[in-house]
Amino acid sequence: MAEVSLRKIIKAYEGGVQAVKGIDLEIDDHEFVVLVGPSGCGKSTTLRMIAGLEEITGGDIAIGGTIVNDIPPRDRDIAMVFQNYALYPHMSVYENMAFGLTLRKFPKAEIDKRVKNAAEILDITPLLERKPKALSGGQRQRVAMGRAIVRNPKVFLFDEPLSNLDAKLRVQMRTEIKKVHQRVKTTTIYVTHDQVEAMTLADRVVVMNHGIIEQVGPPQELYHSPATKFVAGFIGSPAMNFFPARLEEASGALRLHLPQDIVLEVPEARAARYRSYAGKQVLFGIRPEHLTDDKPTDKTNPAPLTLTPEVIEPMGMETLAHFKIDGAEISARLDPETPARAGEPLRLIAHMDQMHLIDPTTDKVI
Amino acid sequence: MAADGSLAVSDASGVSRGSANTMQRFARRRSTIAFVMTLPLLVVIVGLVAYPAVYAIYLSTLNRRMTEFAGLLNFELLFESDTFWNVAFQSCFFAITAVLLKASIGFWLAHMLHHIPNKGQRKWRGMLLVPWVIPPALSTLGWWWMFDPSYSSINWLLAVISVPEVPWLGHHWWARIAIIMVNVWIGTPFFMIMYLAALKSVPEQLYEAAAIDGASSWQRLRYVTLPMMANIISITVLFSLIVTFANYDIVRVLTNGGPRDLTHVFASYAFQVGILSGNIPRGAAVSLFMFPILAICAFFVLRSVTRRNKEQM
Repeated sequence: MAEVSLRKIIKAYEGGVQAVKGIDLEIDDHEFVVLVGPSGCGKSTTLRMIAGLEEITGGDIAIGGTIVNDIPPRDRDIAMVFQNYALYPHMSVYENMAFGLTLRKFPKAEIDKRVKNAAEILDITPLLERKPKALSGGQRQRVAMGRAIVRNPKVFLFDEPLSNLDAKLRVQMRTEIKKVHQRVKTTTIYVTHDQVEAMTLADRVVVMNHGIIEQVGPPQELYHSPATKFVAGFIGSPAMNFFPARLEEASGALRLHLPQDIVLEVPEARAARYRSYAGKQVLFGIRPEHLTDDKPTDKTNPAPLTLTPEVIEPMGMETLAHFKIDGAEISARLDPETPARAGEPLRLIAHMDQMHLIDPTTDKVI
Repeated sequence: MAADGSLAVSDASGVSRGSANTMQRFARRRSTIAFVMTLPLLVVIVGLVAYPAVYAIYLSTLNRRMTEFAGLLNFELLFESDTFWNVAFQSCFFAITAVLLKASIGFWLAHMLHHIPNKGQRKWRGMLLVPWVIPPALSTLGWWWMFDPSYSSINWLLAVISVPEVPWLGHHWWARIAIIMVNVWIGTPFFMIMYLAALKSVPEQLYEAAAIDGASSWQRLRYVTLPMMANIISITVLFSLIVTFANYDIVRVLTNGGPRDLTHVFASYAFQVGILSGNIPRGAAVSLFMFPILAICAFFVLRSVTRRNKEQM
């Protein structure tokens, strides 16, 4: 097990296109770090550079204190789980898991012990003699993980390992991966485009976009204190609502003027932070869960607003309402018992203590 | 209502309608349709393969004048002939050596091509396919000129590097090698293109997984590439073995079986005995020897392919 350091990592392709633009990242020993971002953000390229499957154009990668830039994948002491599992179809499950150890000339008894131990952890002991073709997607994923575990490497790398599974199995395997990490505690770098996976698995989440790191932090920090508009919009489902707004100051209080003549009062606690933006155009961000229906019990409601939902989606444990304001799609999380109906005006409250303001010139959260 | 959903006809007036329905049902059956669709192919196979094969068996049982039944006499005489055993040896030696060489060189070329970037690959692929698309009789003629004792360009090249002249078509072992060389030259592109297609179908991630698992490039070839290509290798080798074993044109053009009938293969010897020497029953008997050898090869190779498919499915 080891820590991983990325220092000013650059990946450029022919023609000068940069997939990764000089990122820095320190991953601690035993840590579970998830790289998340949309397609083409450079997360998989970064992982493949750590694995040694892609050459580095610039910068240094160190695993356990050793710079591995020019070390081939097999000598980096890493194990990787691929999106398509990459199991050898002509080998049995046992042979697939034992392959790395056989090549490294481990004694047979040791190989047997490790494979059986990993199979037990992953609950695949009855499948050891089968060929990959005879396994379901979830079972193949377990075998791919088993192949990584038996090696007892310094670092586990996961490249979107759950993308090929159905929704139910994905949730189940997510838990399995977390359990395995809690048990073996190997430093893990996990790539996904699914922010739910990122939030649930990670000790720290690295949000990437256009080849740069937008923000690094524990899931809750990213959720509550996003650093940029991109992170604010990417983390959370449904995504955060953004309204163009004008911040005005009147008799010491700050107010947000939104389209459709909606005016919301900024809580006093935030006033100092936002005062310098008074009189300026800003972007007001609020998560759907902080835009709820106005229940009679909510006596302290500071910011009521009335909107007309276009669509109501009852989900069972909650109801989602979708609105359109000046072309922007807005959603709110309502009580499952809400009487709201599409096309009928609905009074909502905005929990302004959870609001975010974004400087539209820099896209940074103020 | 009948089981297939059509209305059953039970009244006396509907008897003819009933038989029409039965006919329709028969025509609609999947097996009937399949038979009708494959009928043209069956006719061709029966006309060009089954009938000549049966006719060859019949011919091989006749006497030289084809006037009376001679039983297995032709076969007995062949077994007693040294020339026949030479032909049998040369056929097997030629087919096995040529196929092994074609498969190995084809595999190597496919690997080389696979590692050329896509842009330049098409040009090389096209050039390397040329020997395969030239009519074999024509390219064999070209080789014949190159092997010619008086004007041999190959010998001329060898002389440049001070290698003594080689009697390419004059000595039976050199002639055997020359035949194999020509066959390899013509047949290798087929292996190359088949193996290239197979190589392209091996998922890149398997190589990446193997690289991370600790495999060297040789081990990747041994544990990933070869097992993944095993089926295509078996099938191409079988196919080529059949075609090479039954080869006729190269021997006919290059050596005509000489020197001293030592380079004949079954097909060219059958032609010589049957057509040129006018002993059609004996020629038929020679040609029939190819069948059991090829049938045994085909059985074993196809069995291993089926077994491997079952294992991996």
